[in-house]
Amino acid sequence: MSETLLRVEELALHYRTRQGTVRAVDGISFDIRRNEALVVLGESGCGKSSLAKALMRVLPRNVAHQGGRVRLGEVEVSALPDERFRREVQWSRLALVMQASMNALNPVVRVGEQVAEPLRVLHGWSRKRALDRAVEVLELVGVSTDFLARYPFELSGGMRQRVVLAMALVAEPELVILDEPTSALDVLTQASIMNALKRIKRELDTSFILITHDVATSSELADRVALMYAGQLVEVADAARFFGEPAHPYSQMLMASVPRLRQRTRPEPIPGQPPSLFDPPGGCRFAERCPYRFARCAQDPPAFRLGERHRARCWLHAENEGNPGGGR
Amino acid sequence: MSNREMAETRSAGESPLLAVEGLHTWFELRQWGFLRVGSVRAVDGVDFALERGEAVAFVGESGCGKSSLARTLLGLHRPTRGEVRFGGRSLGALKGRELKAYRAEVGYVQQDPYGALPPFLDVGRILAEPLIIHGVKARAERERRIRAALEEVRLSPAEEYLSKFPHMLSGGQQQRVVIARALILAPSLVIADEPVSMLDASVRVEILELLWRIQQERELTLAFITHDLSTVRHYAERIFVMYAGRVVESASVDDLLDHPQHPYTQALLAALADPDAANATRLREVPAGEPPSLLHPPAACRFHPRCPHFMAGLCDRDDPPDFEPRHGHRSACWLHR
Repeated sequence: MSETLLRVEELALHYRTRQGTVRAVDGISFDIRRNEALVVLGESGCGKSSLAKALMRVLPRNVAHQGGRVRLGEVEVSALPDERFRREVQWSRLALVMQASMNALNPVVRVGEQVAEPLRVLHGWSRKRALDRAVEVLELVGVSTDFLARYPFELSGGMRQRVVLAMALVAEPELVILDEPTSALDVLTQASIMNALKRIKRELDTSFILITHDVATSSELADRVALMYAGQLVEVADAARFFGEPAHPYSQMLMASVPRLRQRTRPEPIPGQPPSLFDPPGGCRFAERCPYRFARCAQDPPAFRLGERHRARCWLHAENEGNPGGGR
Repeated sequence: MSNREMAETRSAGESPLLAVEGLHTWFELRQWGFLRVGSVRAVDGVDFALERGEAVAFVGESGCGKSSLARTLLGLHRPTRGEVRFGGRSLGALKGRELKAYRAEVGYVQQDPYGALPPFLDVGRILAEPLIIHGVKARAERERRIRAALEEVRLSPAEEYLSKFPHMLSGGQQQRVVIARALILAPSLVIADEPVSMLDASVRVEILELLWRIQQERELTLAFITHDLSTVRHYAERIFVMYAGRVVESASVDDLLDHPQHPYTQALLAALADPDAANATRLREVPAGEPPSLLHPPAACRFHPRCPHFMAGLCDRDDPPDFEPRHGHRSACWLHR
């Protein structure tokens, strides 16, 4: 359980655009253990999907800068050339379910064949063998064998999302990245997909990175939470700590802004807007919206260690521990 | 005063602003353009009345008919059967000038602010449009009202926004412009269709607070359509829960959220979590199956194929009427008989 599966250090991904360089991922460090689920939480435009793309190396053409180290198990995957990465890591050890990918299924290929395809391509399995395995995985995610011969358009959104999930799991990757897997779905469908993920996590040894903007959904799977703001991680903590007693002012304000079904406390909006990623302000990126802002916030805060696996990027915690943890 | 008390003192007063009776909005499906192959029963027998100055929420999953209901109330779809009465007059009887006057009385806040704003008009022009259409001829008067509208949605100073195009604004600001446009003709009813579902969590609350404050200040009647029950508690007085084209439960917000009566509402609430680390270790109870096709909805109670309390020979035979299991709390389910 305590074995580290993925270690990410100072990951960076900048894009080149006509208006300038967008620093979408700007120095991110975290690690994930085997069978652990890390939720990357953040508002739109904070760079969370770019983080997924950087890890999986599915990059657009306008990448201006890509940096940092990624270690998966014993392999320094960030050092692998593209071709080897594709053959040895992509999909077989590390799979990605992209946002809205349930709408990107091939419309003219039957569901069973699509789920079996990665095995035929990656391992050269026969059609029969790959299909047999596809059936097992589809059952695991809650799709009955009746659906095997159907086409994607014959399936509801929830079922298509399960099929995409099965495609990601079929080659038994050690880590699956899920980018907003339920955000386009209805409440009840969302809940049943999250149930399926919980069951899979229990039955397999897989680790997950779940990327979402929805705090309530994030708590459905998280062992750990990493909160992202303007291209950086502002806090990484165990779920109990994060949902109970978050340390960073942004985490606290985000939690207070969530409308709750079963409590009568009125949600509090966070005034202001996130900074532009074209030219992020020097110093703490949240300072402009932060009620605790003081002189030191003009300097970039390092990630202070608050506990064994708890870090927060805020000067308020400089005294608590005083020894900056990994990363800047 | 609590929401419930507010709702009660009000209903004792004058006639409702909006009354909907036996409303059906069906969409005919045709094959090759002429063969009738059936109807999508988007709204299938809905009754309710909204009092003046009341804020209500319609909650349901996609495909439950809530947007079709909104568009029928706006006069964009013609009801197949039933009636919508606004201030005592039937919407179906309105023509020409009267219909135009009705449209000025009803504001519409769309779901996707970027899609709702014409990309090639600046904010000043977008807000001038309804005024021009409704005959505000004096330029100075238009400008005064545009400025007032921008200030009201907290886009101030107004000068800064007048010449901006929609793409230059953030999602939250765009939605404020949409709200300003909906309010600029001083309507008495505003229909907001998923006004925050496209926005980020932190902006959502801001927009909901804004709508709520304007509703209170102007004593507007606000019908707020959403799929997210968790955003309703503080921003509406009554909730209507819709399933497959019908209202299955309605009550004051607190009563409905704290004492849900209909099995569908109970399932919805059970599926929704408040953030809590313990969620990760619990499986949620979700009724099997999916919302039915509105082309061939199940007979009698629409929820019966998924209902944990299904009673054979009753739920699949007879339509459940509205029962009142608690004071002021209606639920269309045979369990309450």
